[in-house]
Amino acid sequence: MITSVLIVIGSLILIVAIISINGAPSLSIEILSQTSEGGFYLGPGGGFLNAIIGSLLLALPASGLAFLISIALALYLQKDFLKPRTSNFIRLCLDILWGVPSIVYGVFCLAIMIAIGMTGGSLIFGIIALTLLEIPIITRSIDESIKMVPLGLKESAYSLGSTKFEMSIKVVRKQAMPGIIAGFLLGFGRGIGDAASILLTVGDSNYFPSSIFDQTATLPTMILNLVSMPDDAVQNKAYAVAFILLIIVLLISILSRSLIKKSTKYIIK
Amino acid sequence: MPIRSIRSVLKNKLLLGSIISLFLLFIFSFIFYNILLFVLFLIIFIFLLTYNFIKTTRKLYDTLGTRLMLFITASVIFLFFLLLIVLINGSIDILQDQSLSEIILSSTWKPFSGKFGLFAVIIDTLIVTAISMLIAIPISLLSAIYIAEYAPKKFKNIIRPFIDVLAGVPSVVFGLCALLVFVPLIRDDIAPFFGSNISSGFSIFTASLILAIMVFPIIISLCIESFNSVPIELKEASLSLGATKWETVKKVILRASGPGVLAAIFLGFGRAFGETIAVSMVIGNQELIPKSLFGPGQTLASLIASNYTEVSSIPILASALIFVALLLFIVVLIFNLLGYFVLRGASKRWKY
Repeated sequence: MITSVLIVIGSLILIVAIISINGAPSLSIEILSQTSEGGFYLGPGGGFLNAIIGSLLLALPASGLAFLISIALALYLQKDFLKPRTSNFIRLCLDILWGVPSIVYGVFCLAIMIAIGMTGGSLIFGIIALTLLEIPIITRSIDESIKMVPLGLKESAYSLGSTKFEMSIKVVRKQAMPGIIAGFLLGFGRGIGDAASILLTVGDSNYFPSSIFDQTATLPTMILNLVSMPDDAVQNKAYAVAFILLIIVLLISILSRSLIKKSTKYIIK
Repeated sequence: MPIRSIRSVLKNKLLLGSIISLFLLFIFSFIFYNILLFVLFLIIFIFLLTYNFIKTTRKLYDTLGTRLMLFITASVIFLFFLLLIVLINGSIDILQDQSLSEIILSSTWKPFSGKFGLFAVIIDTLIVTAISMLIAIPISLLSAIYIAEYAPKKFKNIIRPFIDVLAGVPSVVFGLCALLVFVPLIRDDIAPFFGSNISSGFSIFTASLILAIMVFPIIISLCIESFNSVPIELKEASLSLGATKWETVKKVILRASGPGVLAAIFLGFGRAFGETIAVSMVIGNQELIPKSLFGPGQTLASLIASNYTEVSSIPILASALIFVALLLFIVVLIFNLLGYFVLRGASKRWKY
């Protein structure tokens, strides 16, 4: 048993260590503050600021949109609105969507793009793909914490004369706050790191996107592009990009922990 | 005439009136191409529709809010079926061009000469998933047991967040590590050790190894959760009967948390099955039935990732790739339904 724990921890630490050791030295102000126009894929110059901005422009709207949809969805799955039979069916559907590989969402958007005659990809379809990917993730997290809301709390809200909607928005939402925060950040982390759905939908560019119909570079797709280059020095830039991605994921995790701790204080137990 | 029936007549008239007004306005806005007019009338329509039920603004909010939530819920369910419909619709082209059995049972994937056989890819996918699960399940189950039951509390408090963070690390990062470490390792050491000297390191085994590592955190954190939800009385009862700790784990905890463990394994399987990027970085991307584990291969998901660039030059390829996605979706669907019914049966039988 201890051996298996050591294998798991060892391999996971190995991965973090490899990325940090290879990525951290090649980070510099220049590489973080320039776009990849010019010779970023060919020589030592250039940076990947446009990929960072592109990733954020994709993940933030997508998570926001998915968050709004899933909070309404998760609140509606309560027993107050739907029969358990119906809501269990919806949960099953969401579980299936949760398990669908992200590339399927990418292909879904690609199919729509082909149908309406667009080629090359754009920011908007990336946002759609990521939103679809994130809805089941966020909904599940919120739903789990809504299930934990004590019945007595709901009943006392009703007995004070509140409507169903007021009960959900004012009482259940506050009580489920830790799960809501965790869900949002989980979805955001998944969205910013997911390459498969983005690969097919956003294309690539060396500049900042100026509208939602532009193509854009993102961190994960940039790693894929860099790795496929023959030059070793260029390939090493991929570790710097991966390191940034790892830092973002770590920051999200720390943020979610501290926010959850903060919001747990206001929960009635 | 009782007041109630007057009200209901009024309500119906209002309903009728609002539907008619909406219809007229729809036509008007259509004629004048004025979206603003249309939106305005939509608002008036909704107001009229709900006016009857409203006594206060609180009721208005209640009605509007609940309807909005219903609308969103319905559209997400619609989305589920839309996904299926779009994928089926997209793959009609390839199915008209070639028969289903031809696609699934032939193993030559040559898009440029119009051959889309998926047999080799399906076999590779099964092998990769099976090997990665064979590695991942015992190791992560044992470590979950250790972390949940045996480890000192301090260790537990450090390791849980660590594993949660790693469950969120993007797959492309795992792929990059595999490229840097596993590929040379397998090319230089492991493959020669098993007697296949020509391996390039980009192999089915490499992909399975990295998939196993990716699946560890998922299975472990879910298993720990379900171990922790076993009531402590059960453990105490078993220990007080003189069972050793290992016997308690094996006969009480594992059984009581059986459905949870099964669910974790199903989830891990789904992740391994559908993982795209990390696999396509290290598997070698060749549509062959493997001669050895150290030869290159291709999985269904990585097939899409490595072929999508040629979509614009070969029109039917797009349809073929959509068919592959449909295949992925259907397998996930079947597996989830299977898991759902198995778990439902299991949790009935394993009630404590």
